[in-house]
Amino acid sequence: METKTSHTALGQKMIQTFEDNEKLIFRNDSSTIVDRRKKAMEIFREQRFPDSKTENWRNTDISKALALDYNYYLEPGFQKHVDIDKMFQCDIPHLQTKMISQLNGWFISENGNLTKDVQGVIIGSLAGAKKNYSELVDAHYGLIADDIKSGFVALNNAFAEDGVFIYVPDNVEVKVPLQMVNIINHDENIFIQNHNLVIIGENSSLQLVQCDDSVDHQRSLINTVTEIFVGKNASLDHYKLQNKNDNSTLINSIFFDLKRDARLSTNAITLNGGLIRNENYVTLNGENCEANVMGVYLVDKAQHVDNQIFIDHAFPNCRSNELFKGIIDDSAHAVFNGRILVRKDAQHTNAYQTNKNILLTDKATVNTKPFLEIYADDVKCSHGATIGQIDENAMFYLKSRGIGEHNAKMLLMYAFAAEVINNIRIEPLKIRIDDMVKKRLRGELSICEQCVLHCSTMEKEIKFEIDLSKV
Amino acid sequence: MLSIKNLHVSIEGKEIIKGLNLEVHPGEVHAIMGPNGTGKSTLAAVIAGREGIYEVTEGEIFYKGKDISEMAIEDRAREGIFLGFQYPVEIPGVSITNFMRTAINEIRQYKGLEQISAANFLKDMEEAKKLVGIQSKLTNRSVNEGFSGGEKKKNEIFQMAMLKPDLAILDETDSGLDIDALKVVANGVNALKTDQNATIVITHYQRLLDYIIPDFVHVLYNGRIVKSGGKELALELESKGYDWLKAEA
Amino acid sequence: MANDENVLIDNVTRGEYKYGFYTDIEMDTAPVGLSEDTIRFISAKKSEPQWLLDFRLKAYQHWLTLEEPDWAHLHHPPIKYQEIIYFAAPKKKELASLDEVDPDLLETFNKLGISLEEQKRLSGVAVDAVIDSVSVKTTFTKTLQKHGIIFSSFSEAVQNHPDLIKKYMASVVPYTDNYFAALNSAVFSDGSFCYIPKGVRCPVELSTYFRINAANTGQFERTLIVADEGSYVSYLEGCTAPMRDENQLHAAIVEIIALKDAEVKYSTVQNWYPGNSEGKGGVYNFVTKRGMCRGANSKISWTQVETGSAITWKYPSCILMGDNSVGEFYSVAVTNNYQQADTGSKMIHLGKNTKSTIISKGISAGHSNNSYRGLVRMSRRAENSRNFSQCDSLLLGDKCGAHTYPYIHNENKSSIIEHEATTSKISEDQLFYCLQRGISEENAIGLIVNGYAKEVLKKLPMEFAVEAQKLLTISLEGSVG
Repeated sequence: METKTSHTALGQKMIQTFEDNEKLIFRNDSSTIVDRRKKAMEIFREQRFPDSKTENWRNTDISKALALDYNYYLEPGFQKHVDIDKMFQCDIPHLQTKMISQLNGWFISENGNLTKDVQGVIIGSLAGAKKNYSELVDAHYGLIADDIKSGFVALNNAFAEDGVFIYVPDNVEVKVPLQMVNIINHDENIFIQNHNLVIIGENSSLQLVQCDDSVDHQRSLINTVTEIFVGKNASLDHYKLQNKNDNSTLINSIFFDLKRDARLSTNAITLNGGLIRNENYVTLNGENCEANVMGVYLVDKAQHVDNQIFIDHAFPNCRSNELFKGIIDDSAHAVFNGRILVRKDAQHTNAYQTNKNILLTDKATVNTKPFLEIYADDVKCSHGATIGQIDENAMFYLKSRGIGEHNAKMLLMYAFAAEVINNIRIEPLKIRIDDMVKKRLRGELSICEQCVLHCSTMEKEIKFEIDLSKV
Repeated sequence: MLSIKNLHVSIEGKEIIKGLNLEVHPGEVHAIMGPNGTGKSTLAAVIAGREGIYEVTEGEIFYKGKDISEMAIEDRAREGIFLGFQYPVEIPGVSITNFMRTAINEIRQYKGLEQISAANFLKDMEEAKKLVGIQSKLTNRSVNEGFSGGEKKKNEIFQMAMLKPDLAILDETDSGLDIDALKVVANGVNALKTDQNATIVITHYQRLLDYIIPDFVHVLYNGRIVKSGGKELALELESKGYDWLKAEA
Repeated sequence: MANDENVLIDNVTRGEYKYGFYTDIEMDTAPVGLSEDTIRFISAKKSEPQWLLDFRLKAYQHWLTLEEPDWAHLHHPPIKYQEIIYFAAPKKKELASLDEVDPDLLETFNKLGISLEEQKRLSGVAVDAVIDSVSVKTTFTKTLQKHGIIFSSFSEAVQNHPDLIKKYMASVVPYTDNYFAALNSAVFSDGSFCYIPKGVRCPVELSTYFRINAANTGQFERTLIVADEGSYVSYLEGCTAPMRDENQLHAAIVEIIALKDAEVKYSTVQNWYPGNSEGKGGVYNFVTKRGMCRGANSKISWTQVETGSAITWKYPSCILMGDNSVGEFYSVAVTNNYQQADTGSKMIHLGKNTKSTIISKGISAGHSNNSYRGLVRMSRRAENSRNFSQCDSLLLGDKCGAHTYPYIHNENKSSIIEHEATTSKISEDQLFYCLQRGISEENAIGLIVNGYAKEVLKKLPMEFAVEAQKLLTISLEGSVG
């Protein structure tokens, strides 16, 4: 057994904060939630923050981020003069979404913004939902975000006050995509823990865009947990856009629970970030589910991106398809851990897992661990992983058609990433991401204009000299 | 030799064969024709004993006077039933020589015979190869792996020559063959014919029957044999198509 | 090849573990348990020089500080290290000729199908037989001596070639490497040593047979192979153990050093007693095998067929240090009943233009669990290097598990790593095809599995390939519903 070191200073501080502020932390809670928080705290005391000895964290060094001194707020207390409307303005042309905005992990006005439309769709703050829809929250909150997954999840379950709450009743097709934006803007180092809860009823469908952006240059540590319940025969189209400053550390754990005949498509697009850790847990919790779990990451400088994807085939006749692609530049470091578990009775499972990486420099590093754990025999499972450079034969082919080195490289990198981007089913979003990726590949995304959704200036469409559609 | 009475077969609850009767005697060649999806391959698989998706819901199959409905696939094969596959499966890493040697020895063991000597086995193999014009050294090739369509079909007839079955069922052995390969396959089948064995040729095209002359032709449509006749029936089908039979059915 | 295949098919028998007999030979044993005294006892028995005793004691002290590793996908009750006998040797030694070998022992080897006489006369394979940790006979010594090849028991080599042992022992697997390597370094009793001089191509295949005979005995042998510049050797290792209800521990070390332009081919057919069909008994096989391609253009190739042992924990590895060096790992691992295997390879690319290949075929049946675990690492210096890994799993039955745990690390943009894996069950269509030709289900599975594993089996030397194919079929017996 590994010997546990003592708690980090931050861990100690959080334990103390919890002990000293129970009343404040529990202020919106039902007794069910209070019990869950206490249990989560117990597990955090035991688990601690992960360190280099934690198996799943061997290739991601979180110690530097944990060593900083952060401000932690148990209440929103906005002091800053920010023009919220301007900041949250989305500039994607033709993208019609309903925006759900958070600042530093809090709703702008606590308990506010809780709306219920004619179809019965409830959207708003989690803190508000705890008061107004406590039965719904009690029946879901903290149920699939398993405390033992990591110290971060446990700590979030213990502390989180606010976040986004979305409830879609049975038999409702939500026509307009919902867009969750969490803007980090603070003039000191800040530690944020928010918790999102999304419940989709039977036969319903939802498109959800989850954006993490930062507009400042301060150090931030963000520990987000999102729980998403996809009901019987329901469908969710989910996008995660990450565009953080180089000083931020983002731990993003998402738990998906799919009931019988449910369909999930999720795409994680990481364009920039100091240290980003995405943990995706997908449980196929009924027969005939389908999950497409995709991601693309384009990292440079000293950035670090870590995707942990766990797909649990708990029932027969389900399909999962996992595709993650990365381009790693400068001295950036990319980590991919995929784990597909096919349980004993999950016969007729089809599961595919692919991770492909291109290294652009000799300082870039990739670690990939595509794991398969299979306990049923009538299955078709495969995985593949490659780490390499741009295909020389393809380069030669393009050059022989008169395309210069630089453009040939851009084209091939773009084509490499496009396999994931083409899965984006919200057309304006796809066009926008497509542009962002092209810009990103050319190194034209500076930190001040990197924001996917809230730049003050409209971006011009990026065009290569060559018609990409013919490639 | 083979007697099928009122056979009903379903695949996943859908009835494919709906009361089929067929009598085959030693020395006869039967052709079963019919449009796609009428149950021809299902019939072949069921005679060979394939289970899984196939469910015999009613009727009997007698072979050499015995009801074989409970007989295992390999025992039916050992009793002399051979199925020439429409789509022979590839078995990577298993050489044809090893495959055939295993099969022959198990059949011999079943019949209480000694294992075949290496010399006799090699002699038989050379003869069978000659019959279907296989030149390559089969020892180095895995069963059906990397074979062209024609080679796969020739390989089926080669195996038939090695195993010398009493009842051979050739399921669409002619499909995907050019005329030369078709002749080779047909010549093989004809050469193996005796007055003791019988052959059922399942085909979609009349073409094969120019080379393998059937004693009886049956038309299978919608799970039943809707018309039987002599070899002239095949020609009639060739000129008229199947539509006129649909009306009769 | 047809004939060999025919021999194979003819020989496939239906039987339980056929090497499960026990031979009653007079033994010299150490007291039960592990302590510095045990180590001194072993060292004294073998009249070892002080430096080797010191090495053992250092390893023991280090071992005391370690915890048994628990990261593998393996479950077993705790191993009681104080209840194991760490040294057991047949009493008669110092044999001048085969005539002097204990007749019971000869009978043992005859039963194993490796009569020393036969081997000597017919196959031209030089055999070093290790029974309960002590090398009892090395054949063919004279022929080898003519080429300057040293092939002897480890203990003899310590006496006769101390400089070589001192120079190379623990240079690839230091005693600090892992828990079981530390244990072996402390208590190893014997093993084989082999040195191929510069430019020599070893004319025969060298072979070691390992057998655990005595009860409650652990086997801790050590093999050291040094291939000097431009030399070549092919080395075979086989192993069996009696059927016993208790679990027996085997913790070996194999070290290979390939200098410039040298090539070593190491083949294993591992057939330790796997336990009975209820999972009782069987050997715990914790082995550290590693080769170092120290010189440029050197090559080390591991081929393993793993059918035995209740638990297998081994990762034959290559450290590709020399530029243009090549590492290969070909593995077939079969688990049936309650067997557990966690096995794979490590390819560490340090030199430029280095190449490695991993081909792993796992076959699980019964209630067994079969895991591939492998690491491929390209260092910054390893320019233009390549790895290709293919790890396939075949499942027979719905109570077994097949797992794939690759660890892939690349820090070099000019190097390429490719990993592919599939998991599936045996094809219904293939089975039907075989059955339709009159082949029984059991033999059909044997055929298909052997075909599936062919890519690896063909890497084995002939004598071993035939045996391995038989083993594959036998070890899957009873796996069909």
